[in-house]
Amino acid sequence: MSLRRVVVTGLGAITPLGKTVAEYWDGLAAGLSGAAPITRFDASKFKTRFACEVKNYNPDDYFPTKEGRKMDLFTQFAVIASDEAIKDAGLLEGVNKDRVGVIWGSGIGGLKTFQEECFNFAKGDGTPRYNPFFIPKMIADSSSGNISIKNGFRGPNFVTTSACASSSDAIVAAYNYIRLGMADVAVTGGSEAAITEAGVGGFNSLKAMSERNDDAPSASRPYDKDRDGFVLGEGAGALILEEYEHAKARGAKIYAEIIGGGLSSDAYHITAPDPTGEGVVLVMQNALRDAGISPEDVDYINTHGTSTPLGDGAEIKAIQKVFGEHAYGLNISSTKSMTGHLLGGAGGIEAVASILAIQHGIVPPTINHVTDDPELDAKLNFTFNQAQKREVNVAMSNTFGFGGHNTSVVFRKLQD
Amino acid sequence: MSEIAEKVKAIIIDKLGVEASEVTPEASFTNDLGADSLDTVELIMDFEKEFNVSIPDDQAENIATVGQAISYLEEHAK
Repeated sequence: MSLRRVVVTGLGAITPLGKTVAEYWDGLAAGLSGAAPITRFDASKFKTRFACEVKNYNPDDYFPTKEGRKMDLFTQFAVIASDEAIKDAGLLEGVNKDRVGVIWGSGIGGLKTFQEECFNFAKGDGTPRYNPFFIPKMIADSSSGNISIKNGFRGPNFVTTSACASSSDAIVAAYNYIRLGMADVAVTGGSEAAITEAGVGGFNSLKAMSERNDDAPSASRPYDKDRDGFVLGEGAGALILEEYEHAKARGAKIYAEIIGGGLSSDAYHITAPDPTGEGVVLVMQNALRDAGISPEDVDYINTHGTSTPLGDGAEIKAIQKVFGEHAYGLNISSTKSMTGHLLGGAGGIEAVASILAIQHGIVPPTINHVTDDPELDAKLNFTFNQAQKREVNVAMSNTFGFGGHNTSVVFRKLQD
Repeated sequence: MSEIAEKVKAIIIDKLGVEASEVTPEASFTNDLGADSLDTVELIMDFEKEFNVSIPDDQAENIATVGQAISYLEEHAK
C-alpha cells in the first residue's frame, strides 16, 4: 500500500520562554534563558533550587475555576498549547471531527496531584479521603482525553509514555496513524509539569540535575566542559499533523512536511546512556531510512543535548558516526540550553523549534557556552551562544528517554 | 438562615462555580447546579471535612439537593 503524505498545519506552545508560539520563538531566536529560582514550592532544603518554570502562569487566565481545578498542571498546559495549535490550523470548522485524533505525550502525568493526595492521606489518621478527581487528574492520558472532550475530536486517542522521548513518540505515532489512513488529522505533541517536591527531589537523588544555584540562567550548558546536569523545565508543545491532500483541499497553511520517524532502544541501562551510542546511531539511521533521504540532506539537528556529562558526548559521537564528513556541515543545537528539559514535553516544543527554524531560516542557538569540552570535536558547529541564519530544508529532532528509548523525527520544507 | 446553611451554601458556590442566587433549597446538584457524579462525591467529602462528620454512602445517596444537605448536616454536625 502507498503511504499518505503528512504535513504540519498548526503549532502551539506554552514554555519557560513564553506562553505562545510567537513568544517562544522570540526567546529562542534571542538566546534567552528560562531558568530562575523555583517559585512553585519552598525549595530551600533542596540541592537544586532553580528550574525553568512557565512564568506568571495563572490558570484562571485560561479556565473557569471549576474546570481548571479538575486538571493537573500538565493537562492545563496540554489544553492551552493544543488550543493555540487548533486555532492556528483552523480545525474547529469544516473538518470531520470523527477523523481527528489526539495522540499526546507525557512522561509522568499528574505528579503534583499524586503528591498532594498522598501528603493528605499521610497527614490523616488512616481513613482514606481521596478526592474523586484524584485518579482522573493524575493519569497521563487525562491530557489527550481533555483535549478531545473540549473539541469533540472522536478519532484515535491515547498518550505515549517513554520518559523524555514521550512526545516525539506521540508525534511519530500520529504520523503513522495518518499515513496509514486511520485518521486524517491529529493533535499531537506533549506536556509535563514535574517541578514539585517529588520531581526535583527525585531527579536530585539520581544526580541528573544541575546544582548551579548561584547562576541559574547559565546552568543549562550543553556541550560546555563544565556542564553539570540538566535543568528541569515545564510546559507543552503542540502540532497539528494533517494528511497533505486534506490540508490542501481546505486551503490550510502548511508549515512543513513530516517525512520520517525513527525509533530504537539502547537495551543498556535504565538511566545511563550507552557510552558507545549504538542505540542513538540506530535511531538516526532508522529515521533517515524512513524519510528516504541521505545524511547529506540534513541541515539542522535539534539534539537531545540535556547538559549532562555523559549524554551529550554520546549523542555527538553518534551524530559523527551517522553523518560522517557531513557532520561538519550540520548546524547542531540544543534548545534545552534555553528552555530547560521538559522531560515528556521536550519532543513537542523541540519539534515546534525545528519547524520554525525551517520556516524562518534561523537556527536557534545553544546558549551558555564558555569553555570547549576537549572530548567533543571543536570543528562541529554547535551554534554556540547566538542564532545563525541558514536555509534549513531538513531538520531532525532527537529525544532520548530513561529506559533507553530513542526517537528521531524528520521535518522538511514542503516540496510539490 | 442557620450558620450551617450559610457554610453549606458557601461550599457549593465555591466547588460548583455557581451564583449564590442559584443555590436555593430545592436546587438539585446534578439537575440544576451542573454537578456530575464526581462533583457530588467531592461535595459530600467537603461537607464531612467542614462539619467533622462521616456520612455513610447509603445516606450520601439521599443528599441530592441543597436543602437535603442542610437538613442532614443540621441534624448530624458535631
